[in-house]
Amino acid sequence: MFCATDISVKVQDKMLIESVCFELHEGDWLMITGRNGAGKSTLINAISQKVNYSGKFEYEGQDIKYFKPNNFAKRIGVLKQGLSADYSFTVGEVVKLGRYAYSGGIFSALSELDEQMIENALEVTGLQSIVNQSILTLSGGELQRTFLAQLFAQDPKILILDEPTSHLDITFQKQIFDLIGEWLKQENKAVISVVHDLNLAKAYGTHTLLLNKGKTVAYGKSNEALSKENLEKAYSIDVYSLMQGLLGSWNGAKT
Amino acid sequence: MNGNMDSKLKLKKEGFGSLSFIIFGVLTLLTLILCVCVGSVNIPIIDVFKAIYSTIFRLPIPEGIAHSIIVSVRLPRVLSVALVGISLSICGAAMQGLLKNPLAEGSTLGVSSGASLGAVIAIAFGITIPGIPLAGTMIMALIFAFLSLVLILSLAYRLDFSLSTNTIILIGIIFSMFVNSLISLVITFAADKVKHITFWTMGSLAGSTYLNVAILFSVLVVFGGLILRFSTELNAFAIGEDNARNIGVNIKRVKFLILFSVAAIIGVCVSIGGTIGFVGLVVPHITRMLTGSNHKKLFPATIFTGAIFLMLSDLAARAILSPLELPIGVVTSFVGSIVFVLIFYRNRKKS
Repeated sequence: MFCATDISVKVQDKMLIESVCFELHEGDWLMITGRNGAGKSTLINAISQKVNYSGKFEYEGQDIKYFKPNNFAKRIGVLKQGLSADYSFTVGEVVKLGRYAYSGGIFSALSELDEQMIENALEVTGLQSIVNQSILTLSGGELQRTFLAQLFAQDPKILILDEPTSHLDITFQKQIFDLIGEWLKQENKAVISVVHDLNLAKAYGTHTLLLNKGKTVAYGKSNEALSKENLEKAYSIDVYSLMQGLLGSWNGAKT
Repeated sequence: MNGNMDSKLKLKKEGFGSLSFIIFGVLTLLTLILCVCVGSVNIPIIDVFKAIYSTIFRLPIPEGIAHSIIVSVRLPRVLSVALVGISLSICGAAMQGLLKNPLAEGSTLGVSSGASLGAVIAIAFGITIPGIPLAGTMIMALIFAFLSLVLILSLAYRLDFSLSTNTIILIGIIFSMFVNSLISLVITFAADKVKHITFWTMGSLAGSTYLNVAILFSVLVVFGGLILRFSTELNAFAIGEDNARNIGVNIKRVKFLILFSVAAIIGVCVSIGGTIGFVGLVVPHITRMLTGSNHKKLFPATIFTGAIFLMLSDLAARAILSPLELPIGVVTSFVGSIVFVLIFYRNRKKS
């Protein structure tokens, strides 16, 4: 349903991404991972049309560059890292904005479907009890869930997440990833997410795109892409043994 | 299903309730009457009503009341003040939402200074449009306001992509100083034409006419109305530009239309009243405390609070040293700089 062909991003003579390709089918969860500066976020910025790029992103055969903003939002939803709140909006107000792309004229009220999508988004993210609370008073995890609820209300086909849990503790990380996993079970959905944590990439991703210095090191089913050799190429250390060692320390603690 | 019903009830209505409309409306009207009555000559309320009533219905003017003071001096002035108050406050609220920066405002960004440079150039070099009074000054003020806005923002984006508070304010101050030096330069060369330098730097609405009222009103209806149409989009911008883009807002179009409207309103306000600083900072800030940040409530409330704030400031400017009169900008800047420091301090503490 989504296809990236030969994507390159160049900023001031520096290639941030070079000829990256990938494909996305219904039910796929593509993990983009690699070291700092590998070009992971740049790739996300290219999809969301924030930076200029060469190559082509296609959604169901159509170049997404020419989508109108509201049609874009109905198909592709992006959750960025490091969201902050400066003004006192309520959780409900933020989630409601997710239906913007579906609103008609200025005076049109929310439709039945809008209401239902908002309710549903609040329910699955467990935000119903704090719907009228100001976002200034939320914890990091609650704020992230609020924006996730907005995305669910927006109901795109493809969810793109740029390190959605990088500053959250392990409980919230699991919570967010499980929510997304549930969302993905619906019909005709796919997820792309940038993650640092290789454990998360392995546990949740169906496919992985491993980047290093803007180039593809490996791409394919997560199990194959995250092989010992590929990881060593991307991270220039023996990641596989490191992970095994870390796991071992837990096993040792058990006994 | 029960849970669904519960939270549906909990989702508050977004608009501005009719009760709030009535309360704010009555307060605004009372302030307006107070401002017409009080001044160097105090006029009883009953006389004010009589004078307005008889003017509207073209009745013979009753003797003994200060008819001309009310109808041809105070009323147009107070109405102009109220309209400028509303206009500047809406602009301030719009810019603060758009740039996600609670300190953004015409005077802090340097847009007002830019507009006054345009107006001063038009007056000094006699740029007019034949047949339409004030049009030359206004259009020059509008163009300069827009150019300043574009210049300041593109400079700010270049220096600091996140448009942090400090960067914007710093650029605004430096730009204002630069423009004010240019204004002084122009005035030195055309001293005979531009007499009141303090008018352009401090602002005053003394001597406003009904023509001014009509112009301010039309500009407010057209461009203020345009800004109010974008309440939802401004909510998204206030949460973050990325968020606005993500939910499907046409970022470039909305941004351009809002900035252009802001420039048009500030241009016209400055060409009529000079630079009246900090109104767009103080009013939205206080109003936000009452209504929250949702622009669907903030804007309607701002219409009333903006009018009240500037009418009271004008009253203070007239009353404090009566019979001497202070420029209205002195009062607003006095209040505004205190509020500015408070917001800045609070933001600092938060981050």
